[in-house]
Amino acid sequence: MADVTAAPARFERPSLLTFVLMVIVGAFVVVSFEGVGVSLDKALGGLPAMGRLVERMFPPDLSRLSSVGGALLETFQMAVVGTTLGVLASIPLAILASRRHSPATPVYLAVRALISFFRTVPDLVWALIFVVAVGLGPFAGTLAIMIDTIGFCGRFFAEAMEEVEEGPQEALSGLGAGKLAVVFCAVMPAALPSLVATSLFSLEKATRSSVVLGLVGAGGIGIELKVAMEMFSYGQACTIILAVFLLVLAVEQASAWLRKRIL
Amino acid sequence: MAVAVSQRAFVQDAAGLSARCVPAAEHDLVVGGLIKQFGEATILDGVGLSVPRGQSVALIGSNGAGKSTMLRCCLRLIEPDAGEVSLLGEDIRALGATGLRRLRRRIGFVFQKHNLVPRASALTNVLHGAIARSRSPRLWHQVMASRQAREEAMACLEQVGLADFAERRADRLSGGQSQRIAIARTLMQRPDIVMADEPAASLDPVAAEEVMALLYSLMRKQGLTLIYTSHNLRHAIDYADRVVGLRGGRIAFDQATDGQDSASLEAVYG
Repeated sequence: MADVTAAPARFERPSLLTFVLMVIVGAFVVVSFEGVGVSLDKALGGLPAMGRLVERMFPPDLSRLSSVGGALLETFQMAVVGTTLGVLASIPLAILASRRHSPATPVYLAVRALISFFRTVPDLVWALIFVVAVGLGPFAGTLAIMIDTIGFCGRFFAEAMEEVEEGPQEALSGLGAGKLAVVFCAVMPAALPSLVATSLFSLEKATRSSVVLGLVGAGGIGIELKVAMEMFSYGQACTIILAVFLLVLAVEQASAWLRKRIL
Repeated sequence: MAVAVSQRAFVQDAAGLSARCVPAAEHDLVVGGLIKQFGEATILDGVGLSVPRGQSVALIGSNGAGKSTMLRCCLRLIEPDAGEVSLLGEDIRALGATGLRRLRRRIGFVFQKHNLVPRASALTNVLHGAIARSRSPRLWHQVMASRQAREEAMACLEQVGLADFAERRADRLSGGQSQRIAIARTLMQRPDIVMADEPAASLDPVAAEEVMALLYSLMRKQGLTLIYTSHNLRHAIDYADRVVGLRGGRIAFDQATDGQDSASLEAVYG
């Protein structure tokens, strides 16, 4: 065993630049803890107040159950319609935002930038904008969800299209098919499982978002929750929170089941 | 294998001199001085070749010799750096996007890995062979295709012996079946010439033999020109009228297959 070549080091030695960056990032994390005032004392001190709140929430107040049910249905409808519109709009945008399938680089860059903009502006901000534009109510929330879905799906659809195996595309190009035919015959079927999975994740995300959008007047159950909390009707708030929990859980379970069947 | 000896001799002479001397009208493919480089590596170094209508030509050579690159350059799936390619009488390098698509319609190309659309049915994949004939999206999927197109696709599946697999998804077929579907897709294209890049390379020996025999018999039946690459010297001899050896991006030899055996062709790998 005397002449055996030594094994390489277990860890690669970082470059000076990497090391400096790691130190800076580490220092920023530590400073951030200080900046947001993380305090174990405060957290422990808040526990009794949290306990009292939970105590006042139970038993849930079911007196306005039908009204809560209606608002919950509206919330889910906002999520479904917003996601559907967003997914439909994302397909052509994703084709234009896919480097391989976009007709020209400026188009690719412009559509990528648009999708990034839609994604980086939070859905709550979109809701505020649409409340001003189309007025209070679920339509504003639906538009906000649609834009948020385009930001999410547009990016992941484009990436899924770029990752599709090249062989079938080359075969169809080789026999004279045009770009659009190649995209719809070879790219879309191969990317379909990923598109469906992303759309279902998007629906889950939209269902959660649509609850919050009500807080700014964009329809749904959020406004009910806000009023209940502000009126100290914690029993009613509990009913709303449980209803939201059941809705989100049901959507997640249905989406997981569908994904499993399709993939 | 029933190509006239005189035609063979003519082609051999032409290939030995200059492809440009050959009257293009009698030849489906005329290549002259074809050059292709990838970075520093020269893959094709002035290749010249002409293939008369109805001939079956096997291109052999070691990995990296330029066989696949040559086929792809002929169809401009890879852009050649220099040289001339006349395919079915058209100067392929001078064609614009529309002209190129129109010409590609007439050229069948069978790939090593069949390149079927995996989640689509065999029938849809075969229908794709006719996709360039019409601007309408009806041939994109069997659900939308006309009765006439569906019947033609089924006839193509019959020819490759897989009519019973029309509904089967392409990714649920064996390698041999997939390659047969790819051949059916080529038939659906109604091509004037067929190129095949190692069509049997990824198959087991039995399936490989079946696929080569099928491809050869169908091309013969329709009197089509067939140009294929292969590492299997037996396939090169059995299914071609002529074998062309590439070495280092140049044509090392160009001979009729009559009287050849595997040993005499092995020199190209030396």
